Amino acid sequence: MNSAAGHVLFVETPAVRRKLRQEALAKWVFCAMAAAMVVPLLLIVGYLVVRAAPSLNLEFLLEVPKRGMTEGGIWPALIGTIYLVFISLAVSAPIGILAAIYLNEYARDNWFNRVINLAVINLAGVPSIVHALFGLGAFVYAAKFGYSIISASLTLAIMTLPVIIASTREALASVPQSFREACWNVGATRWQTIKSVVLPNSISGILTGVILQVSRAAGETAPVMFTGVVFFKSIERGDLFPYYLNEQCMALSMHLYTISTQVPGVKESIPYATAVVLLALVVMVNAAAISLRVYLRSRQKW
Amino acid sequence: MVNVTASENHIEVRELRLSYGVKEVIHGISFDIRRNEILGVIGPAQSGKTSLLRCLNRTIDFTPDTHVSGTITVDGEDVRRVRNVYALRRKIGMVAPLPVGLPLSIYDNVAFAPRSAGLNRKGELDLMVEQCLRQAALWDEVKDRLDSLGTKLSGGQQQRLTIARALSHQPEILCLDEFSIAIDPVTTMRIEDVLKELRRHMTIILVTNLTQQARRLADRTMFLWKGEIVELDTTNVIFSDKPRDSRTRDYVEGIFG
Repeated sequence: MNSAAGHVLFVETPAVRRKLRQEALAKWVFCAMAAAMVVPLLLIVGYLVVRAAPSLNLEFLLEVPKRGMTEGGIWPALIGTIYLVFISLAVSAPIGILAAIYLNEYARDNWFNRVINLAVINLAGVPSIVHALFGLGAFVYAAKFGYSIISASLTLAIMTLPVIIASTREALASVPQSFREACWNVGATRWQTIKSVVLPNSISGILTGVILQVSRAAGETAPVMFTGVVFFKSIERGDLFPYYLNEQCMALSMHLYTISTQVPGVKESIPYATAVVLLALVVMVNAAAISLRVYLRSRQKW
Repeated sequence: MVNVTASENHIEVRELRLSYGVKEVIHGISFDIRRNEILGVIGPAQSGKTSLLRCLNRTIDFTPDTHVSGTITVDGEDVRRVRNVYALRRKIGMVAPLPVGLPLSIYDNVAFAPRSAGLNRKGELDLMVEQCLRQAALWDEVKDRLDSLGTKLSGGQQQRLTIARALSHQPEILCLDEFSIAIDPVTTMRIEDVLKELRRHMTIILVTNLTQQARRLADRTMFLWKGEIVELDTTNVIFSDKPRDSRTRDYVEGIFG
């Protein structure tokens, strides 16, 4: 009798069949959308690499542009981008992280801190071209840094700052409040608590947030073209320290724009190769961020 | 200097009121806690038990928008006027309802408070850590793996680790806030034995949801309800057939409400 009753229990009624059909449909729709995201990426990367193939070699990275930028390599732009990214993050990461620690760990909920919060959110939403104009006015003219690496880097720093603050706060907030209370209960100050418990357990999230801004700083064209990046700058091939901070420099994003639209007769594979290098730079940085995150997360302790 | 006459009141609470925003949760309570006694605090949720403890060690300061009035004195000093709150908090050990092993090694969990207070000599720290873990009845289980993470211990072990940490700053007062909520009865009994040992040189405030726990351990028991003291008397009276307030009897017999 029992087995008969069990048999009845598992019979597929029309309602059950409809439910299963919907389940299968839902799963395939979601899966298809997820796959649809991968397709364009593969197409873009594949197309770029194929078109760039004739120029992709080490020589292309280290060589300077030749014959009115129609031939040669991209070294001045590559090293310029590295300069800009490093200096801008050297400015925005410490300020952003320390500000986020204040906002998340010390600040009380009063009007002053609400104003700061509002400013951070709005600054993150400002279009990059507006940052560019601000940088032009503030650093190039008002601060008299001129069109220079320092102006362009500071503009990028302003642009990345709010995102670093937001991601750092997120990372800090993910540390359970009970850890802080346990520390306070034994007479630790806020700083002792932050130093020994909060930071060690949020550092992976904080660094990930910072590193992701590298790709943003490397890719943006608008903020740097008004403040310190030029069409062409003559430097030595493979020179690691070609620029002074008060000089103008080249950058990959700007260089790509220039050789694609402004210079006639560029060898066809060069713009594609430049794009591949820019993309590879960003992918490499992101991969580094992910592996760093995995490594630090594995050492995280709860 | 503190002028304490022995066996006087260790803590005195006078007309303590506490509100979160506009909602008052403690409505002007007054009571004393004697030196080296175990005071049981019983009462249903939302009756202000935890808030009371947080007023005592001033961690209430971390909650925004709170208002405290009245006085709490510890050894004759008004805690709300204490400038060095860190010293105050070290004087009061606090054990939270859910065990919190800090994401540090077992050793560092216990050494955290002494280090925060500036003690750094290895030998003294070693001694201190061992002594506290022994007092919390955890030493035998962890002595071979002091370097492993406190968070990897079982719930009951973590709670004993929490107690060891609370003892590590050599408090004179130990507050336990429903410490047995997340641990099994056997471990609970072991910790209760520890408390019986500790009371010889400590004043203990035992907030508990288990009325029988207060009955087993407390010298006096306070029944707190909706931010007011219904009754505070020796444990024998509270758990007898006729406490002064009929609500007390209803609560301890479980026919409340």
